Amino acid sequence: MSAVLDVVSMTCLVAGAFLCLTAGLGLVRFPDVLSRMHAGTKPQVLGVLLVMVGAALRLQGWSNAWMLLLVAAFQMLTAPVSAHMISRVAYRRRHVRRDLLLVDEFGAAPAGDRLYVGDEPGDAPPEEPEIAIAEHVVDDRGPGDGAPRR
Amino acid sequence: MTVVSYVLYGLIGGGALLALVRLAMGPSLLDRVVATDTLLVIISAGLAVYAALERDPTVVPVLVVVSLLAFVGSVSIARYVGGMLRGSVTGDGSDLGLPVAAEEREARG
Amino acid sequence: MTGPATPSRLRTQLPLLVWLVLVWMLLWGTLSWANLVSGAAVALLVTLLLPLPSTTGGTRVRLVGLLDFAGHFLLDLFVSGAQVAWLALRPGLRHSAIVRVQLRTNSDLVLTMVAEALSLVPGSLVLDLDREERSIAVHLLHVRDRDHVEQERADVLVVEARLIRAFGSAEDREALERDLAERGRRVEGTVP
Repeated sequence: MSAVLDVVSMTCLVAGAFLCLTAGLGLVRFPDVLSRMHAGTKPQVLGVLLVMVGAALRLQGWSNAWMLLLVAAFQMLTAPVSAHMISRVAYRRRHVRRDLLLVDEFGAAPAGDRLYVGDEPGDAPPEEPEIAIAEHVVDDRGPGDGAPRR
Repeated sequence: MTVVSYVLYGLIGGGALLALVRLAMGPSLLDRVVATDTLLVIISAGLAVYAALERDPTVVPVLVVVSLLAFVGSVSIARYVGGMLRGSVTGDGSDLGLPVAAEEREARG
Repeated sequence: MTGPATPSRLRTQLPLLVWLVLVWMLLWGTLSWANLVSGAAVALLVTLLLPLPSTTGGTRVRLVGLLDFAGHFLLDLFVSGAQVAWLALRPGLRHSAIVRVQLRTNSDLVLTMVAEALSLVPGSLVLDLDREERSIAVHLLHVRDRDHVEQERADVLVVEARLIRAFGSAEDREALERDLAERGRRVEGTVP
């Protein structure tokens, strides 16, 4: 019984470690941030899941097993959130190789995205782009228009 | 058993080394964030492998901390880089004050 | 700020409380009354100090749909994990794509779960979610041609359909059935 458990856990560990290697490989080989995000975060979820299951099978005691499964659960809950936040910023900052995109249906971003600050709540009204641009372009033609903020 | 442990440490170490290569190469800040995130997860996988091979449960609480730290770190850097976007006045999301994104430079050159 | 606690508010908070107590006990690693009581105290403190925003669109859990979704999700995780690993190993340049998919649900929770499930399965990554339009922008790691893009778009809708069948409210299910019927009619119209 113990031998069978050992074999199963070793299989899980080797598969998970192999996925870690492919994550690093994809990180080096893929062409842009979004693709590297796929390599960096996704084989990780499966890889960490497999490694945790393998370790939980090998370690005796339920408390260790529960804690390892908790680590796997945290990983599955948090990986999409951080991947989404980074990829969103990457897309906005033009870290995308457009020439490799077959279809891009997200290109026409709505006007509210122009001044994306990242802090406003989801239901905040969009800022007027013209007003915001006028604030940024310092107008120094006429002295009577009000003192420029320097 | 020793062969299996060599293979395991080799695979994990190779993955960590490749993540370090991407961390050093960049080219942009976000690449380094992704590389750091991946590196931390690979480190936690390595700790779990060590715990399993040695049957040593003392590193298990460390795993919980490392897995949560990786998340908090990458989210806070993503918010910081997102905050740098506020100067964007060109209308297409690209920023004037900051240098051209490295990927666009690569694609052009 | 939100007024007196109503029964529905208590009902939505209860699963969160149970989950927090469970995490607390798993972190301590032992089942004991002291852990249960202290965990309940911590969970109450957390939910009172950091209340979650209320969500629109009710949910109810159906066991059959949940099992169906969980099974397919695990299968997807393994299959597409192997695919991404193979993509990292094999030589050659690939094409990516960013597609916008029109979803049918109007529930915050189901939308969140769709985004999480899509991001967790390797090969797709959620870029943006438009709550008003109920549409979601997905980055696909590897696409061969236009047909493959359409196929991936259909796969996103299949994931959403499974989640609606598992968690969706009655309105969501109605919207799903209506959409499916319309699609079926359109396909029938084009075949002959």
